[in-house]
Formats: sequence, structure tokens, C-alpha cells
Amino acid sequence: MLKLVGYSDRLSVAPGETISFMVSADGLPEYRASIVRLIHGDANPDGPGFKSRPVETEVEGAYPGRKQVTRSGSYVEVPDHTVLRDMGSFTLAAHVWPTMPGTGAQTLIAKGDVSSGPGFALALDERGGLVFRVRDVAGETASVAVDKPMLSHHWYRVVASFDETSGRMHVAQTPLQQFPQTDDAGHATATVPFGRLVVDAPLTMAATLDAAGPLHCFNGKIEAPCVACGALDGAAAKALFEPSRELEVFAAWDFARNTPSTRIVDIGPHGLHGECKNLPARAMKGHAWTGEVHDWRQRPDHYGAIHFHDDDLYDAGWEADFAWTVPAGMKSGVYCAHIRSYDGAHEDYLPFAVRPPRGQATADCAVLLPTASYMAYANDHMGVDSEDAELVMGRLIVVQPNDLYVDEHREFGLALYDTHSDGSGVCYSSRLRPVLNMRPKFSSWVGGAGSGLWQFNADTHLFDWLEEKGFTYDVITDEDLHAEGAELLKPYKTILSGTHPEYHSTPMRDAMETYLGSGGRLMYLGGNGWYWRIAFHQDLPGVIEVRRAEDGIRTWVAEPGEYYHSFTGEYGGIWRRVGKPPNELLATGFTAQGFDVSSYYVRKPDSFDPRAAFIFEGVGDDERIGDFGLVGGGAAGLELDRADPLIGTPPNTLVLASSQDHTDLYLVVCEEIAVMAPGLHGQHPLVRADMTFHERPGGGAVFSTSSIAWCGSLSHNNYDNNVSRIMENVLRRFLEPEPFDGLA
Amino acid sequence: MYRIAAKDRMLVDEFRQQPIGPHSPDLQRVLNTMRTGPNEGRYCLICTKPYQEWQLARMSGRRGVPPTRVDGVFYNSREAAEWDVFRRRWKEATGEDLN
Repeated sequence: MLKLVGYSDRLSVAPGETISFMVSADGLPEYRASIVRLIHGDANPDGPGFKSRPVETEVEGAYPGRKQVTRSGSYVEVPDHTVLRDMGSFTLAAHVWPTMPGTGAQTLIAKGDVSSGPGFALALDERGGLVFRVRDVAGETASVAVDKPMLSHHWYRVVASFDETSGRMHVAQTPLQQFPQTDDAGHATATVPFGRLVVDAPLTMAATLDAAGPLHCFNGKIEAPCVACGALDGAAAKALFEPSRELEVFAAWDFARNTPSTRIVDIGPHGLHGECKNLPARAMKGHAWTGEVHDWRQRPDHYGAIHFHDDDLYDAGWEADFAWTVPAGMKSGVYCAHIRSYDGAHEDYLPFAVRPPRGQATADCAVLLPTASYMAYANDHMGVDSEDAELVMGRLIVVQPNDLYVDEHREFGLALYDTHSDGSGVCYSSRLRPVLNMRPKFSSWVGGAGSGLWQFNADTHLFDWLEEKGFTYDVITDEDLHAEGAELLKPYKTILSGTHPEYHSTPMRDAMETYLGSGGRLMYLGGNGWYWRIAFHQDLPGVIEVRRAEDGIRTWVAEPGEYYHSFTGEYGGIWRRVGKPPNELLATGFTAQGFDVSSYYVRKPDSFDPRAAFIFEGVGDDERIGDFGLVGGGAAGLELDRADPLIGTPPNTLVLASSQDHTDLYLVVCEEIAVMAPGLHGQHPLVRADMTFHERPGGGAVFSTSSIAWCGSLSHNNYDNNVSRIMENVLRRFLEPEPFDGLA
Repeated sequence: MYRIAAKDRMLVDEFRQQPIGPHSPDLQRVLNTMRTGPNEGRYCLICTKPYQEWQLARMSGRRGVPPTRVDGVFYNSREAAEWDVFRRRWKEATGEDLN
């Protein structure tokens, strides 16, 4: 079991700025920390091996170890207020759509923690029926329960009332749709002698709060919760659910307002606004959704629900152990805080980018570190959760110590590929948590036979090659690009992508388009690039959203009517279905994937065009390109893109080379399949990577390898091979100031 | 749904010689059959020394419940692991011991 894990408060830091590191040391009284520059994270003995360089900093030293813990689970918190503190008689009401009734106590609306102090809680009991519990200031407790389980994924009206004068408690659950032979409606009443109910704690929804965080988390949707004045039941209580209600309330929250934010708006008389914690899903269909509209902005009243999950997480919330203020002049690159036990048995690397000083470039080229894609895959659990993983990999799933740890510590949050414990898709991801698959030395279950690298660690093959070849490069991140746009790219003659730059917000994509339209060059060194549209949260740094809408390779599928981003209102899904396919930028777009062994490219007639002569200097006419490598044994592998003029590939594109001979575990992507037909595997003509080159108006150009595995071949034969040669040919030309032949 | 049959015996040598692809369509069909099913009890490997040693384990099929290690079964190569699990699954499907 891992004893040292940590994370940083940011993934990109400029000289003069400070980055903080949070560490949990479980059972280690002390640990050591230092800063290293990361060169090559691949520990496979068949390659160059792990490489890092020590950096002399004030961080170097010993630190006291302490275990830090996290609780996941999303909820709404409304700060305590005099209005809610001593309400006398009151009624709680809401629409709810439970997704895991009968799996333990789950709070719907609570004030205080009735297990330890004064408070009240409307909740699902262990069997999934509605229960209302109160505890007065003297410690007397009472409860009343419907004692009939709710159905999962069905809407209910829930009501609970408390009459301070008579001591009468009432609770009722009413399904909005009734089914024969189904007994899920009911109400119950009890009269108990009771003292005053004064609670000076926050009001919460979807969880109870104690000193350590949320507990009794609810899985499912809540809509339009309110706290009404007086003890209501029967027709009076039902009136609380009427859209035109004009009843006297202490507070009534409209979840359809301020949807992109964490804000929860009280439309009652006292303005008792609240906050969403740990990123519950917003812009969710409510009970009144009809299918008439699919865009939540058009009918907010159809999207008044929030979907809460017990495994949602925004911020692990640990205290910082140490920080580093990056000194002026620190070379841009990828660095790590290296934390380790004295005996060396336990270590973790906490990676981050040192970008150049803001507003400046310190090299002619920059690696655009695909941090949004890293976050999309952060702590993915597919290797152990998915029943298809072994089938798709074509070999046994290998579980690493880091995988075991995040499997057992679900509180560290999920990836955009995972499903929540209730089976719904994970649409948000945050970086403020240990992300144990974004690590040097880490080998992923999905990374192809051989080194098994995926995303972050696979990208270190590129850093290593740049270092070996003596190129000076800056490192910038997706988050920087989203915030700063094309100005960030402008100083560079060329941008180099990572191996799998899959996730792009609209500002990120627009910035690249602007850059490429004004003389910029891009070396697209991966596959499945510019594929998913994402949105960044307006207030929470680094938090991204995806909606797995309509089409594309999806490990979960968004519900009908939930295709629009809650953060921006934009239509989500793959950029191809949005109408801006990657082919327009890169010349190629996602066409096939497979994960067992990789293959190679052969040159195509376009590679002999004089426009491409610089690319193939030193490469023979009939050479197999990249029939070697650390990722699946070839340069063409894992996820592949192809050129297609009908999907936006520019007409001046040269298809330089294509891969062939892929195994039958390579399959055509589903967005290509309108009618099922045999032969959609390796033998299919769409199962190939197209290496392309095209010039852009304005003197820029794009070179695309269209394969995730490409960079895994760079170090073969001590960096002397045709993949490395082609890379060097292209990069040297892309760094020259002479414009390519664009429009006059 | 395909069921592994006696005629598939001819594919065993192909797998043994190259446990990790490419594979013939007939062998791939057998492998797909072996690999389809719930995760409860599914064989997997726990890496015990990076790129050097793996231990056989069986998944729990339940979130948060770690795989159960198979005592004493370690491999020094991924190929050896694949062949051993193939033999175990072949035995479960046909009753035949492969040596």
C-alpha cells in the first residue's frame, strides 16, 4: 500500500510564482522532498530508462509526515442564518429522484447532525424509504418513517412537517408515476412530546455535515427544495409543488438559476443563498422535463434538478506541506516535487509545468502539455470497473500499486471515463487531488504492450527526445491556453502537441485556429486529438466538464436532454458532431483504435512531392517507418487518425504515409458506423493512421503523425531511426522563419 | 454466443507461440470468448516489480474491493502469464489440461 501521496495547487507555474504541495504520509513520521526536472518517465528497461535532473531549491529537506484524509460526496451548504435557526413549526419539501435507494442512509435536507446534536434530517433510511428525524436541544430524538422503499430512477414528491406546538411530525412520499403491483407511496404521522428545535448549524442538502466533511451522501437528483412556514400536510403541502405557489416560506431554492456557478439561489424572502460543494452535476433534467427542449437555457424550469453523487470531489482539501517559489530564470519544462521515505521504499512524484515568464517566450518552440486530457483520465478506474477492458486490451489487465490505491480510495475522485457509484457518467474532473496515473514511472493498463504508457508519462518520450537532440523548448499547458488564448502561442514558431491531446475547450480550439491562421506551425504528434469539446468552470480553477453526447467512443453515454455543458451552455460532445472536426485543424481525425500491438507506416505518393522533400531527407523510399518502439512495438498504434476531405481535411493536404497491418483488435470508431457490417476491424481500410503535411494561409503549416504511439519510437536505436529523423527534419524546418507557401 | 469447441484445439499452439497479438480470426474468437464475462473472479495481474514480476490475482467485481492474489503464482514475463491464464481458462472451458 502506498504510504506517500500528494498533489499540488496548480499544474502550471511561472517564474516568480509559488506552487504549494500537499502530502499525506501514512505511517511515516518524516519524509524527504526535493524538486527535479523530469526528462523521461518511462522506466521500461527496454528503453533509455528513467531520467530526471536534480534542481537545487529551498524545498530540499525533511518534512514531518502526517496522514491527511479526504471525504468525497457532493452537497449543498446554506450557511446558518437566524431565520433558519429557530423556525418553530415548518415543512420541508422537494422533488427527489433517488438512484441508489436501499444502500444506506442518505440525507436529502438536514440541519445539524442529529446523531450528535440538535437538528433535523429528511432522509432515505437504510431500506430506501423516507424518514424524518429530529433532535431537540435537550437531546431528545424522534423520527417518523414511511417504511416503503422508493424505486430508483423515479421521481417523488417528499414532504416532512414539524409542528412545534403539538409535537406532531408528518412525512409523506408520493411517486409522480404509479405502477400496478408497486407499493411505493405512503405517509406517516407521529406525535411526540418535544422541546424547542434550535439548530445553529448550516442547512445542507444531499449530505449531513460533521467536522470532517459530508456523510450520509445522497445519490440522485433533488429539485426545488424549500422550507415552508408552518406544519403543512395534505392539500396544503401539495400546493408547495405548484409552479405558481405563493405560500409563505423561510427559503425556497431554485437550482435552475446560476447554473454555471457553484451558487444556489434562494428565491424566498430572505435570500438564504447556498453553495454547491464537490461538484454535483448541474443542468440536469428535472421532473417536468418533456423532451420538448434539450438546451437547459431555453427552459430552465425543465432543468431544475441537481444530480448528487457520493463520489464527487472538487478539492481533497489537504493542508500544504511545502511550497516552491520558482526563481527568475528557471528553465521552462516539466518538473516534479519528489517526495520519498528515507529507506526509499515509498515515493511519489508530483508533476507540474514551469512555464516561461508571463508574456514572454524563452524558446522558439513550445510543448503544449495536454493537461485537460490528463484531467479527463485522472484516476480512471476502467481497468477494474469495466468488463470490456481485457477484451479491448487483448491481454490481461495489469494492476499497478497506484491502481490498487485509487480503487480502494474512491474518495480521490473519478475520471471522465468512469461512472459514479450509481452508474451515471462522470462529467466533471478536478486536479486538486492526488492523480496517481499522472506520474513518471507509471505504467497504465491501457498504454499498449511494452512500456504501457498513456497520457502524461507517454509525453515524456517527447521531452526526452527534445533534450537528446538539443532543442530548447518551453512548456505551456491547456489551462494556460484556455485562459490566455492565441497570445500565448503567438511568440512561437511552432507548437508541439502531446501524444494524446484529446480534450479542448472552445477558447483553446479557437486559439489554435487563430495561431495557425497567422503563420503558426503545429506538430501534431498524437492521435485522437482535438476530439472532445470541454468547458472550464468559471470560478473553480482547472475544473473541466464533458458531456458524452450523441456519438464518439464513450465509456458512458449522456442522458437524452443532458448534452449541453452546465458550465457554458454550449452543446457538448465530439467536435466533429459540433461541426468543427479535428481534420480542419490537423488534416486528420479519429478513425480507429486498438490497444494490443502497434504497427508501422509506409510512404505514399504524396511523400515524393517536392513540398514534402524536407520531411523525408535521409529516409529511403521503401522504408517501413516506425516498425519498432516502446508503445506496442510500433509508431502507429493505440488511437489512429486519417485524412478525409469530406470531414474537413484541407484540399492541399499531402498524405505522406499510412499505417497498415493492424491487428483485428483495432476497430473503426463508432462515429463512422451508421450501419453495422462485418469487417470493421484491422482489415478495414479506415483502420490506418495517415501521416500528413499541409500549409496554412499566412505561411504556417501542420505536420500530423496521427498516432498515439509515435513518440514511443523516438528513442529506438539510440535515437537514430526514421521516426526520429522525420521528427528532426520537420522540427528544424518549422523553426526556420521562412514562411511556407500560404496565400499571397 | 460462441462456445469453445474441440476443433479449437488446433489454435492452442498459435497462442502459445505469440500470446499477445496479432492473432488469426479463429484464435481471436476463442480469446474473445474467454475474455467476455463479469469481472468477479476475472484473472488479472498485479505488478510486483516494475517490468519484471507479476502476480496472478482475481478481480472482485466490486468497487473498492481489491483483487485477491493467487498465492505463490508469480511470472517473470507477460507472455508466461498469458499462457498460464490461457491454460486455466482452457481447462475451465473444455476440461482438458494443456501442458
